[in-house]
Amino acid sequence: MKKPFEEYPKFYLYKRIVQTKLFIDSHYAEKIDLNTIADEAYFSKFHFIRLFKNIYGKTPHQYLTKVRIEKAQEFLQKNHSITDVCFMVGFDSLSSFTGLFKRIVKHSPSVYQRQFFQRLEQIKDVPLGFIPNCFAENKGWTQNSNFQEEQ
Amino acid sequence: MITKMNHVSVFVLNQDSAYEFYVNKLGFKVHTDAPIGPGMRWLTVCPPEQPDLEISLMSIEEGMMFKGAAAKQMRELVSKGTFGFGVFECNDLLATYEEMKTKGIVFKKPPTKEFYGFEALFADDSGNWFSLGQKKN
Repeated sequence: MKKPFEEYPKFYLYKRIVQTKLFIDSHYAEKIDLNTIADEAYFSKFHFIRLFKNIYGKTPHQYLTKVRIEKAQEFLQKNHSITDVCFMVGFDSLSSFTGLFKRIVKHSPSVYQRQFFQRLEQIKDVPLGFIPNCFAENKGWTQNSNFQEEQ
Repeated sequence: MITKMNHVSVFVLNQDSAYEFYVNKLGFKVHTDAPIGPGMRWLTVCPPEQPDLEISLMSIEEGMMFKGAAAKQMRELVSKGTFGFGVFECNDLLATYEEMKTKGIVFKKPPTKEFYGFEALFADDSGNWFSLGQKKN
């Protein structure tokens, strides 16, 4: 007989780990003390780290870094300055932020931002250049539609 | 020979709402968001670990790909949950299910062990449903 989700073993553990993951997702800009998080989830620090890594494939600290860098990319896309972005995502030092960003994204924040806006300009200038031909024939996708009714 | 798929379309009722669902709830990445002309927008998103598969969120509007009554019929079919568009994968189904439920995503089937694997079914904001399976180790 199939079991409902709530009856799976260690269901309560999942709830706690997911809550900590969501906490990191929404508090990435703050100083997050992983000991405090583990305490709030009623785990020892090492047990917490092991469970978190089993589920997400990263330690909580690695996951926090990933979230911060992804948020930094989003803020750079909104044209915030690199210094502002550094502090907006919870880093204290510009050099550590740019170093980590470059290691993970493979481009420095300034190059990343410049390339993003260059692509945006290209999309604006030639939008159909970014759409496969099957979706939009050269002059627009209202013609030659595959989905038109027989007239 | 065909080597891979790089685009797939999902028909949605509203692109703004679909953006909110796929990007802000599922955590997908925006690949291209381009206004094509009045009322036309090319919006594609990618699963976080699959940047080379663009899911095109196609708005069902009369005058784009659908003419006449076809748009109305298609909107009705989508909103009734007629279409299942694919199977997504995650590392841990129970954790993903718990997170998605916390974000208000509707499941048609909770995580269930089937003979073919461990899966759940969820619907997007338009009514399209997807299977969600756990990566096999």
